[in-house]
Amino acid sequence: MSEELSRAYWDGAARGVLVVQQCGNCGKIRHYPRVLCDACWSFEVRPLEVAGRGTVRSWTVTEHAFDPAIAADVPYTLVTVDMAAGVRMLGRFRGGGGMAARIREGMLVRLTFEPDAAGQPMPVFAPAAPQEL
Amino acid sequence: MSLKGAAAIAGIGETAYTRRSPRTAEELQFEASLAAIADAGLTPSDIDGVIPVGITGAPAEEYVTNFGIRDLRFSALIPHGGASGVGALQCAAAAIAAGICTTVLVPFGRNISSGARAGVRIHQMPQFRLVTEFERPAGAIAPAQLYAPMARQHMQRYGTTSEQFGEIAVVCREHAILNGNAVMTKPITLADHQNSRMITDPFRLLDCSLESDGGAAYVVTSAERARDLRQPVVELLGVALGHPDSPNSITQRPDLGEIGIARAAPIAFAMAGAGPADIDVAEVYDCFTYVVLRQFEDMGFCAKGEGGPFVMNGRLRIDGALPTNTHGGLLSQGHLLGMNHIVELVRQLRGHGGPAQVDGAQVGLVTGYGDMGDGGLAIMGRPR
Repeated sequence: MSEELSRAYWDGAARGVLVVQQCGNCGKIRHYPRVLCDACWSFEVRPLEVAGRGTVRSWTVTEHAFDPAIAADVPYTLVTVDMAAGVRMLGRFRGGGGMAARIREGMLVRLTFEPDAAGQPMPVFAPAAPQEL
Repeated sequence: MSLKGAAAIAGIGETAYTRRSPRTAEELQFEASLAAIADAGLTPSDIDGVIPVGITGAPAEEYVTNFGIRDLRFSALIPHGGASGVGALQCAAAAIAAGICTTVLVPFGRNISSGARAGVRIHQMPQFRLVTEFERPAGAIAPAQLYAPMARQHMQRYGTTSEQFGEIAVVCREHAILNGNAVMTKPITLADHQNSRMITDPFRLLDCSLESDGGAAYVVTSAERARDLRQPVVELLGVALGHPDSPNSITQRPDLGEIGIARAAPIAFAMAGAGPADIDVAEVYDCFTYVVLRQFEDMGFCAKGEGGPFVMNGRLRIDGALPTNTHGGLLSQGHLLGMNHIVELVRQLRGHGGPAQVDGAQVGLVTGYGDMGDGGLAIMGRPR
């Protein structure tokens, strides 16, 4: 069920692009994947590739290794990003903890996907100049 | 029909709160249950309703077999994490008021310090399916990392400081020491808080609640029947639960700072016919220091953004204007999913608070805060 719902997202991530759900009835865009549109309650849905640009809403620099598997990554920065398409994402901010000093609310960022330790695509955000977007 | 005055907590029970209990979650849950039932002056066979809190202990059916309950008339599951203790109180009061049952046991027990930690546990829970699928791959493993962006935004918008978080940690520690049954027993200063290692900024070690073992339970009956039982009556005056948008993913919440108690608080206060100024003692869910000051804002104790200054200058101390977490909370007494907050509120309103007793406590509140923002508020008091 859940795998089917999010297949388009993960297929897109593997190609390096952001794919969200769009309601097949009213056109409302949503993320994370779910069964119904909360605006018109339609089951109809289609995948929609959207731009990978956004602005930083908030962030945290993680210094504690909550999982031994990421011990080599700390410190790392997680960013909450308002995507231009109107959805949010949580991703890794490129550059580790040292980049945190540069981070600020409203900073323009661009999304890429990089394989994590298990080879799964991980959302990664890097600062972007306006002309890049 | 309102639940105001319909129900009372007649019995409370706790085990020792520790880090490495040799007992199972089920044993701890039963031990606390038996203590709560005895505290009320009842016997286990008097129980005809059970609402087990959390997912770590025994389900209601186990009470039929272990307690010899012949006629279990009511049971329910409240799937709201740390808001479940307050949710169970609402549910029990409604079931009693409707005549479904007369005496509801609400038990909780956990032994986690010897098992999986929070960063592993939450990913086994169905309500965190989306967090697990979409946020964990980036390295968002533990609740602290998911709450941190909320706290960061509050600091950016309103100028809230780490020292204000620290004040909450220091007061909780003082109160845990007064209580005695607490995991953390060494005094801390604001400097200790500021020097504690960064976990995920802005949260330092001393901003984070504990991983603890123990059991806590309470017994609900009608306020009328409670008068014939052993303890001073502590009535339910108002109760409500509320949920933010996107309850299980903070990332997808349109207002990152929104929490469910903002919706619950006006309903609970209206039911009680009371407001923040009537509250003598507050037991506020404290998975992280930040959420305490945020809940005060959303309950109307201060304006949005003023939670930081509000908690300062000793206001939360036993002898302050709003004594808060008089048992030490999840931050210093133990993480009993807020069940220890409910037990402590009843103890305070009975006048049994010992060294931590708030003088003349007549009306108090307890909040629950579950998963990524489910909120509960119960207002309780001595009958006038």
